[in-house]
Amino acid sequence: MVESQIPISDYQTGNTLHKWDLKKLHSKHKTLHKYSYKTNSINKGYANRTLYINLTTGEIKEKPVTNQMKKTFTGGRGFGLKLLWDEINPNTRWDSDENELIITTGPLCGVTQYPGSGKSLCLSISPSTDIICDSNVGGFFGPYLKFSGFDALEIQGKAKEEVIIVIDGEKGNISIETAPDEETNSHLLAEQLTYMYASEDTDRSRQKISVVSAGKGADNSYWGCMNFSFFDIRRKVARLKQAGRGGLGSVLRDKHIKAIVAKVNDFNGVSNHPSDSDTIAKLGTKVHEEIRDLDQYQCKMRTVGTAHLVEIMDDYDLLPTENYRFGSFPKASKIYSPEFFKHFSKIIPDGCWHGCTMACAKTVDAFSITTGPYKGQKVTVDGPEYETCGCGANMSLWDPLWILEFNFYCDTYGIDTISSGTAIAFYMEMYEYGILNKERCAGLELCFGNGEAALELLHRIAQGDKDEFIQVAGKGIRRVKDWIIDKGWGESQLVNDCGMESKGLEYSEYVTKESLAMQGGYGLTLKGPQHDEAWLIFMDMVNNQIPTFKDKAEALHYFPMWRTWFGLNGLCKLPWNDVEPEGNAETDEPAKVPEHVQNYVQYQNAVTGWNVDKEELILQSERCYNWQRAMNVWMGRGRRKDDWIPYRSMGPVTKLEYLSRKDRYEKVLIENVEVKQKELERMSTEEKMKILYDYRQNQYQKLADSVYHRRGWTPNGVPTPQKMKQLGINDKKMLSMLQEKIDEDEKAGLNKWGGNYKGKEKPPVKDLKYWEKW
Amino acid sequence: MKDAETVKILAFHAEKCKGCLECMKACSQVHFKTDEGSEKSAIQISKKNGSYIMNACDQCGLCLDLCPVGALTRKKNGVVWLDKKICIGCQACVGFCPTNSMRKAKNHIEPFKCISCGACVRACPENALELVEKQVQLIKKTVYHKLGAE
Repeated sequence: MVESQIPISDYQTGNTLHKWDLKKLHSKHKTLHKYSYKTNSINKGYANRTLYINLTTGEIKEKPVTNQMKKTFTGGRGFGLKLLWDEINPNTRWDSDENELIITTGPLCGVTQYPGSGKSLCLSISPSTDIICDSNVGGFFGPYLKFSGFDALEIQGKAKEEVIIVIDGEKGNISIETAPDEETNSHLLAEQLTYMYASEDTDRSRQKISVVSAGKGADNSYWGCMNFSFFDIRRKVARLKQAGRGGLGSVLRDKHIKAIVAKVNDFNGVSNHPSDSDTIAKLGTKVHEEIRDLDQYQCKMRTVGTAHLVEIMDDYDLLPTENYRFGSFPKASKIYSPEFFKHFSKIIPDGCWHGCTMACAKTVDAFSITTGPYKGQKVTVDGPEYETCGCGANMSLWDPLWILEFNFYCDTYGIDTISSGTAIAFYMEMYEYGILNKERCAGLELCFGNGEAALELLHRIAQGDKDEFIQVAGKGIRRVKDWIIDKGWGESQLVNDCGMESKGLEYSEYVTKESLAMQGGYGLTLKGPQHDEAWLIFMDMVNNQIPTFKDKAEALHYFPMWRTWFGLNGLCKLPWNDVEPEGNAETDEPAKVPEHVQNYVQYQNAVTGWNVDKEELILQSERCYNWQRAMNVWMGRGRRKDDWIPYRSMGPVTKLEYLSRKDRYEKVLIENVEVKQKELERMSTEEKMKILYDYRQNQYQKLADSVYHRRGWTPNGVPTPQKMKQLGINDKKMLSMLQEKIDEDEKAGLNKWGGNYKGKEKPPVKDLKYWEKW
Repeated sequence: MKDAETVKILAFHAEKCKGCLECMKACSQVHFKTDEGSEKSAIQISKKNGSYIMNACDQCGLCLDLCPVGALTRKKNGVVWLDKKICIGCQACVGFCPTNSMRKAKNHIEPFKCISCGACVRACPENALELVEKQVQLIKKTVYHKLGAE
């Protein structure tokens, strides 16, 4: 029996305790720039201004949030896009002085009554992709930024020396200070700054601090994540949530920011000053009750978090194993969620923002570290989430304790578990083929299952090891593919087919070979292959609910728009469909969870005082989604060629993969490609693989055709000015830029459908300039 | 501080109740300085199948483990207490209360609950209510935390 009702002050983690002379550390700070502002109260979800900081010039100013800005961009990620559009240019790269790191909130961010309402949306030009990457993250920073008086924080330029930015919402002061002696790695730095900046020496006071940081891994790789802290008054630990994708932590460190601290005064359940707090409380309580009554039968988020997916994915052949070669593995049960459940500390409100009773942020307390700089210490590990477990499977590492250590070091080093795990899995496959070897890998025996070598690689990246492999390895799959091919070590098709990246970003952890819609869910995205736009595998592959190209295109319109909406508002997606109301399965569209959609309509109206319906929510997203795609186009991307995905995500690259699922593939050849049984019997495996290869590549292009058409884009994937105008976007610079790009594509002969249509098959429309009639 | 061993909780004698709702008026006076009762009372009397039933917090304390900011504590006298100054109004305790006895009144974001003050007992003209002492260990409930359904 787990003990419950332990008084908060009595709870002990058993972690190694640190004694720091915080006064001495603080006395070394030198204030470089200061700014005072008038604290104001939030009105119906908006602080109505953003904060701009230029680290090169020291300029700090407020920018107003206009009604027009709210109308076009809603908030959150939308505001981030608007701010970037105003400040960067098409040639801006991740380390350019004008590149910005933006942290936004959204009008619903900071509400405490509705589960999952504390998300920050972070944006920047990514080192991995050279286009905008947006990444959402929990923790207290977003709500505290807003309660301090700002809807977004925009940081441009680079500091000459390492600095921390302190936003004191209590006093209305912003300061940029040097912080020479603090730690860099996040689990220590977040704790130091939390204790240092708390107004009083109490846990409650420490809970009113949140720290954004990234560790030494972010200094030396393109995988940098940003850690957002949330102080846990029971564990007395500054826990961490990650804005993981796209290397935003690397941008933070490139700007020489050690940390950003937000500090708030007392806040309460109506600090957002919503239009109608009773309705929000009613909606929120209903969801709390659903979680109370149903979560144990549905996703078990409260007990194991997203790790519950490991066993489901393994069952459906979707758990990426050995660099996505396989979707299940005999050893997989060793990392099923019950194996982590054993280690999780229980009966603690584990939400990463107040009031989130879904509480998926599980932890292991007093975890004993066995390698690296913290060897022998006992620490709190936040996680692992499903994706991190999936990385273990991908590297063929089936030890929960290893996964916990990998999770801990990735977090504290400020490294994204997904990008690093997927990338190391690729390096391991190349190692298996002899394309990489011990000598080429800086002495590391980087074969599948070698956990020691994988952790050693992380440690050496974090140390800034100058070895050629370590340097390139930390830049991710795309750079390593080019490096291998340049060196002449591997055949380029094999290398390109196996490396699981698109747009320069590593894939997250789902096998998509048998779900064409999910291939689109990863490939036909704005920032790269991340499952936050669409997760269609069950709808497509298991339930066969979207059989035609048109159906798939509709899903690849609706779901990315719907999921984008959470990021415009400062919300987490999980309480939408990771708990479903009773009777959801009997509704017309269970995948949409209609009752919860209606909750969100009422919720947004209750905060903002608007009177919108569910169609307007999609329109809010569509404006921002198209804007972001248009910005990709502006930066020389955002075309069909950029939506390329590696063949490993479509089908079997190697003979071993083909043979391991031979029946499945031969069924496709007979039923879909219409190869005769007798012909098939005469063919070699290589011949069959080639036919499947061509078929699946063509299917993907046909899917892209349908999706571009559904989204109102040109056949080369460019949002059309007509579409933008339909959405109410009249920015002249944007519209003329799009027309120019379309004209350029026209000249280059790129305005054509990508699929090869035979017989009765037809492209979505004959007229390649169908939008001109709008 | 030594944990409380006993706590007084409300007991209801349905056979004595005549439905005058004086208890609810007294309760709303304690919590909101008004005698309007109804949703401003932590004790709720309603009629079901011809007889009166009572709903009030049984001090089980399941909510203690849900509060993210530590606004809920068990006092020395065993009563589960919500400190409104600390509460951030998340309604987690309201949504998870196994007896639906943690309440929210209109226009107040912080919930409220029975604090075993006895105002209702004193107000009841029929002696249908009394405070009875219970062992905390025997009435304690724990929020669901197991793997798999019960």
